Amino acid sequence: MISLAQTYFIEVMTIILYCLLIFVPLLLGVVMALYADRKIWAAVQKRRGPNVVGPYGLFQVPADGLKFIFKEIILPDGSDKTVFLIAPIITLALSITAWAVVPVQAGVVLANINVGILYIFAISSLGVYGILMAGWSSNSKYPFFGALRSAAQMVSYEVSIGFVIITVLLCVGSLNLTEIVMAQKTMWFFIPLFPMFIVFFISALAETNRPPFDLPEAESELVAGYQTEYSGMPFVLFLFGEYINILLMCAMTTILFLGGWLPPIDIYPLNAVPGFVWFLLKVIFVFYLFAMVKAFVPRYRYDQLMRLGWKVFLPLSLFAVVATSSILFFFNLAPGM
Amino acid sequence: MKIINFLKSFLLLDFLKAFYLAQKYFFRKKATINYPFEKGKLSPRFRGEHALRRYPSGEERCIGCKLCEAVCPAQAITIETQPRDDGTRRTLRYDIDMVKCIYCGLCEESCPVDAIVQGPNFEFTTETRKELYYTKEKLLENGDRWETVIAENLDADAKYR
Repeated sequence: MISLAQTYFIEVMTIILYCLLIFVPLLLGVVMALYADRKIWAAVQKRRGPNVVGPYGLFQVPADGLKFIFKEIILPDGSDKTVFLIAPIITLALSITAWAVVPVQAGVVLANINVGILYIFAISSLGVYGILMAGWSSNSKYPFFGALRSAAQMVSYEVSIGFVIITVLLCVGSLNLTEIVMAQKTMWFFIPLFPMFIVFFISALAETNRPPFDLPEAESELVAGYQTEYSGMPFVLFLFGEYINILLMCAMTTILFLGGWLPPIDIYPLNAVPGFVWFLLKVIFVFYLFAMVKAFVPRYRYDQLMRLGWKVFLPLSLFAVVATSSILFFFNLAPGM
Repeated sequence: MKIINFLKSFLLLDFLKAFYLAQKYFFRKKATINYPFEKGKLSPRFRGEHALRRYPSGEERCIGCKLCEAVCPAQAITIETQPRDDGTRRTLRYDIDMVKCIYCGLCEESCPVDAIVQGPNFEFTTETRKELYYTKEKLLENGDRWETVIAENLDADAKYR
């Protein structure tokens, strides 16, 4: 007879196994993303990028990681030590947590909750706390200003991201991420909602502090922004958190607009390929766009960034919400009506 | 005009153009080389690591005239001389402080017998500073090792001297 403790143990172990199934590929993905980022950037500038450590320089990122592990963790004198060390942990933990609801294939998802998109939105909004805590606890002016900028930037772009998501949800009629993907069986949403796709993409850049919106860490003004005082492992945690967030945004773009794990056309050789391969390919494509944007767009000025967020994207996405819902209503297309 | 500008920025035309350009450069031939495995071309006049040459008979060329010591702007060269038993003047010491050296090439230019030259080698990093204080033995050894290349380079550049 299986006792309660045993059942409990098995339950917990299954959950841990599932978590590892998400966590390990994710870390691998981050390593590849860091490598790809550097390689793509180099290629655009006609450089070669990392090419010495391992075949094609593939071990450059693990080698960098190893270096960071052996570095001293410097705790600034006037800093709030507890908050200082908790901040990167929060950033990383939150960015990984969001991945719990991301479906990589039909039915392959850690937690298939009904409010998946809301969950991701909530978790990624919390991400700003890690940055704020890091900036404040460092007790130094550059991290502080970096954190303030970052917070303002993330909050303002989250608004337009929210409205863009609402337009998608209007076309789906569900908050479940799996259902959002299944609703794109006939047509991927980036075709009818193309302007929203662009707005979402640019907002995602701003949301993850990627260039050209990497003002919180603009080195010409703020050294390294909120990460200035960090070294060794805490810095790596920030780096990983940032890149996991970027991958999350790539996955969100894929799920919301590029049809998730669905093949481009539902015909034989294409739909025989397992869904997660399509998902992976699409995420890689979006990440490629992220990296290319980094390579060719100059950094925005801070007031331009704010103007873009509040005066262009917010009205645009608000208008799109009204327009989409009107069209869906008048042509009786709205799901669930 | 205003409307055109508005449309331009609204349709992200500049960004599309930039993306196209970046994509074009993405596949271009790389401007950098795979350094430790392949190396760039060096001019015969390249001024790298120093070497003291010998005559084909094996006799060292340097006659201890100290012109290089005098001309060296960084005062990196130290020479001591003494007449040898056969009556010719030779160096006892010929030291170059490679840390002081600015690789200007004046020693090579001033040398009347082409004894001190700057070879094509630029990869002579060491782990200690001490190893960069070159002695006569080290310089002669360099000369023996690089003689073929150095002779070729001197030939190639001879008509411009």
